[in-house]
Amino acid sequence: MTTRVSAAARIVNLVKNYYLEGVVVEALRGITLDFYEGDFVALMGPSGSGKSTLLNLLGCLDRPTSGQYYLAGRNVSQLDDDELSEVRSRYIGFVFQSYHLLPQYTVLENIEVPLLYQGRLDQRARQRCVRLAQMVGLGDRLGHRPSQLSGGQQQRVAIARALVNDPRVILADEPTGNLDSKTSVEIMELLTALNAAGKTIIMVTHENDIAAWARRVIRLRDGRVESDTRTRPLHKLAPVPAR
Amino acid sequence: MFTMVLWGLLLVGMALVWAVPLLSGSKGRRSFLMAIRNLWLHKLRSFLSVLGIIIGTGAVITLMAFGEGSMHEALEAIKRQGATNIIVMSVKPPDDATVQRRSFIAKYGLTDEDYERFRQTLPGLVGLLPMRIFPAEVRPITSSRMYNGRVVGTTARYAVLFQLEPLLEAGRFLSEQDEYPIPRNVAVLGSEVARELFPGEDPLGKTIKFSGKDRAFTVVGVLKDRVPSTSGPDIEKFNGDVYIPLEACRKLLGEIQFFRSSGMRGAEDVKLNQVILTVADTQHVRPTAEIVRSQLERFHTGKKDWDIKVPLDRLREAEETRDRYRVLLFFIAGISLLVGGIGIMNIMLATVTERTREIGIRRALGARRRDITLQFLVESVVQTTLGGVFGVGVGLGIVWLVPWIGEEFFDQHVPAKLHIPSIFMAFFFAGVVGIVFGWYPAWRAAHLDPIEALRHE
Repeated sequence: MTTRVSAAARIVNLVKNYYLEGVVVEALRGITLDFYEGDFVALMGPSGSGKSTLLNLLGCLDRPTSGQYYLAGRNVSQLDDDELSEVRSRYIGFVFQSYHLLPQYTVLENIEVPLLYQGRLDQRARQRCVRLAQMVGLGDRLGHRPSQLSGGQQQRVAIARALVNDPRVILADEPTGNLDSKTSVEIMELLTALNAAGKTIIMVTHENDIAAWARRVIRLRDGRVESDTRTRPLHKLAPVPAR
Repeated sequence: MFTMVLWGLLLVGMALVWAVPLLSGSKGRRSFLMAIRNLWLHKLRSFLSVLGIIIGTGAVITLMAFGEGSMHEALEAIKRQGATNIIVMSVKPPDDATVQRRSFIAKYGLTDEDYERFRQTLPGLVGLLPMRIFPAEVRPITSSRMYNGRVVGTTARYAVLFQLEPLLEAGRFLSEQDEYPIPRNVAVLGSEVARELFPGEDPLGKTIKFSGKDRAFTVVGVLKDRVPSTSGPDIEKFNGDVYIPLEACRKLLGEIQFFRSSGMRGAEDVKLNQVILTVADTQHVRPTAEIVRSQLERFHTGKKDWDIKVPLDRLREAEETRDRYRVLLFFIAGISLLVGGIGIMNIMLATVTERTREIGIRRALGARRRDITLQFLVESVVQTTLGGVFGVGVGLGIVWLVPWIGEEFFDQHVPAKLHIPSIFMAFFFAGVVGIVFGWYPAWRAAHLDPIEALRHE
């Protein structure tokens, strides 16, 4: 079964060097990868393998030393700071390990933040935020502050926030890293459901049983791709793995 | 009432300052509301950080009000003397002291000839006021009461020049008919004289006499309390005056005025103690004064028994002093606002560090640098303008309270006059301080590396 697939994100020979006290640290040494629409990719690797650096580059939080990065068909590798902000605001949704909600805001307001910076926070957009909160199961907590929620609930809010701008790619950085195993499963089920609905997800993890939820597992080592394994076909519903 | 209007204006001013972020789209509105919320979240800290601004603006308003108040009174006193007036006075020449004692009668000062010469030769005069002033014991003929006052022989013009019309308690002031054709023996009493001589009575129509003289005078008018003339050594307190027509005064006294003071006997021959010349315009004051000076120098040869006072000069001086004082106060106030601004910057820098992660999150979610700058800038401007409003409140409170306390508890007159521009200046500068000292922290916040900021604990 072959389907026409298009790349949501494509990186070509991506290199990233850091300069730490005059010493060059080669974090990424030329990586070329295609991330397809609707895929669910797990990025794995030991610490120092470059997976976080790669995620930052994919998230347009940083610029590569050399190489190209195409997001939604556009080369975004050498944009300036304002343009990168624009790209983040339009095409990328972030889910972080420690949720990164704004503590002074309510659930609903946290979900609204990306729209605020797009400058299109109207009544319709606000209703959309409410629907997203309902979708992640927090429809009855709209007025709560993050400190009043459990870790799993906070991560759900973060996921709703990542969805609010209808991003091309959801970047999840160890989304279950701070959660117990039961809650982790709930979060992974939510992400899997989103993926099944067509969302492209790229997730950094170092846990094999979390990576097992993905359709494709890429392992990095020393700034290079060590292995790239498709564990599930691209256009089939990802089954829930055995617990 | 006035304070209410002021508060209204201030609120309008604040609304204008705040309208800028509010009207610059939903983003501006959000950052504004966000700023209010963040400030409310840290009430005590926000208050402490704007304390400098509160004190600064309060100090500007207070200092300006008290400075203006005392200056205003001084200026008013000078203005009462009249900026278009030239005061020519008789002065006892000090080097004549020995001569006097021998000849017993001191003859000096302005004469009727001087007066006539002024009247006929000086161009552009709109008025001349002659005055003959001498101390006297005043007593009513019906009782044994007595008052040590001052008799001022003058004309109807006196009331015009000193604007006595609203100060008449009862009756009338001297009129031209009191002089001519038949001089009348009438008197107008100062408030204190009337109180002392006729307690609980209506002085109008009563008759008074001056000690040692036979001539009796009928009271035709009583004045209200008058504000003393300029402060200083030659202060004039008008409430002990008795005003009589100049013609009657001449008849009363004859040419020579005998007096006793502190056990010393003496006699003086002074025709006129003072002549106040009034010109049409302030720019004629100095040339006219020069002519008067040269005339007097010519006709009073070798004897400096006269002096010229030009209130306009003192007015200018006082105004210059006031302007210098204003600059100084603004300078002091500027320093205190500067210190307040540094306080704001300090707290804002701490806030930026504390909220590094929040900044990282916002950046990751699509905030541009200018969004972050705006957020922190709005926060600091909201703080300083709020501080400004509080400061204005504190300042107004002090300006109102201190004169009240002085009046109520210490019986002291504390002159305070709100200097309206200073309020707006203080408020405006509070806003400017917010922008200037909020800029660097906001810039720092905007230029944090998003990745580093996200990792910040």
